[in-house]
Amino acid sequence: MDILLGVGGSELSYHALEETVERAKETGDTLTVAIFDNEEVGTDADTVRKQVEETLDTAGFEASIRRLEGGSPGSQIVELAESEAFDRIVLGGGERSTLGKIQLGSIVEFVLLNAQTPVTLIR
Amino acid sequence: MSRDYPDEPAGEFPRPPRTVTDREGRDIELVSADEADRDGIVRMYVAFAPADRAQGIPPDKKDAIENWLDTILGDDCLNVVARDDDAVAGHATLVPDREGDFELAIFVLQPYQGAGIGTELVETLLGLGQQEGIGNVWLTVERWNDPAIALYRKVGFETSSAESFEVEMGINL
Repeated sequence: MDILLGVGGSELSYHALEETVERAKETGDTLTVAIFDNEEVGTDADTVRKQVEETLDTAGFEASIRRLEGGSPGSQIVELAESEAFDRIVLGGGERSTLGKIQLGSIVEFVLLNAQTPVTLIR
Repeated sequence: MSRDYPDEPAGEFPRPPRTVTDREGRDIELVSADEADRDGIVRMYVAFAPADRAQGIPPDKKDAIENWLDTILGDDCLNVVARDDDAVAGHATLVPDREGDFELAIFVLQPYQGAGIGTELVETLLGLGQQEGIGNVWLTVERWNDPAIALYRKVGFETSSAESFEVEMGINL
């Protein structure tokens, strides 16, 4: 499978990266990591890229990295998945408040509602 | 994340302890609760129906419930339980967030739902919050949970964001 993983710099997006790399090593899936600025987290794409490269190096796994520009990462993930015929979109998300309630961020929610591609959410 | 709250503070809420008669004629005691009440609260959550969970809480296994209560029953949180004799029928909690505001959640055990206990619990918890000098309280609720949204609105919460799966509401004590 061709997998498109979105990473915006949240803890949960890095967790999803690690899980996806582990799984792709077993299944032989091809992985593309789309990195972007997540305004809700306040990271920048350069920092995210560094972290993604480090994780891939440590795991000894090859994946292409794509940078999404613009203010609407959710719609860009959806478009990229469709235009390049990815088989699956993977995202991390579902942050818990201190009280324990899970909330989905706006990017995850946009992708879940609008993607024509199957979506896996890693919590 | 910054949240919006109503400009006008809410009126005065009743403070615990108090006893109310629910719509089924049961006398329900509303009392502030802490670590000492853990066993009764755990029993309530172990009996809780999975279908009534919301946004991942309460957890379903006893160990996970105990872990969760470690946070909820902490010294910086406020809790009120509704008791029918010795049994805990409902529980409401205020937990501080990183901004110094408080997040509210409430759960009522299935046999006690629809009898007005939820409203009394929330009001009594907000009364305890006023007594302790708490300012802003917020909550999130699933968009399709109309009974809960109606309850919060009746108590005085106002919707601050309704753009996602969860509606966010706030009140200024």
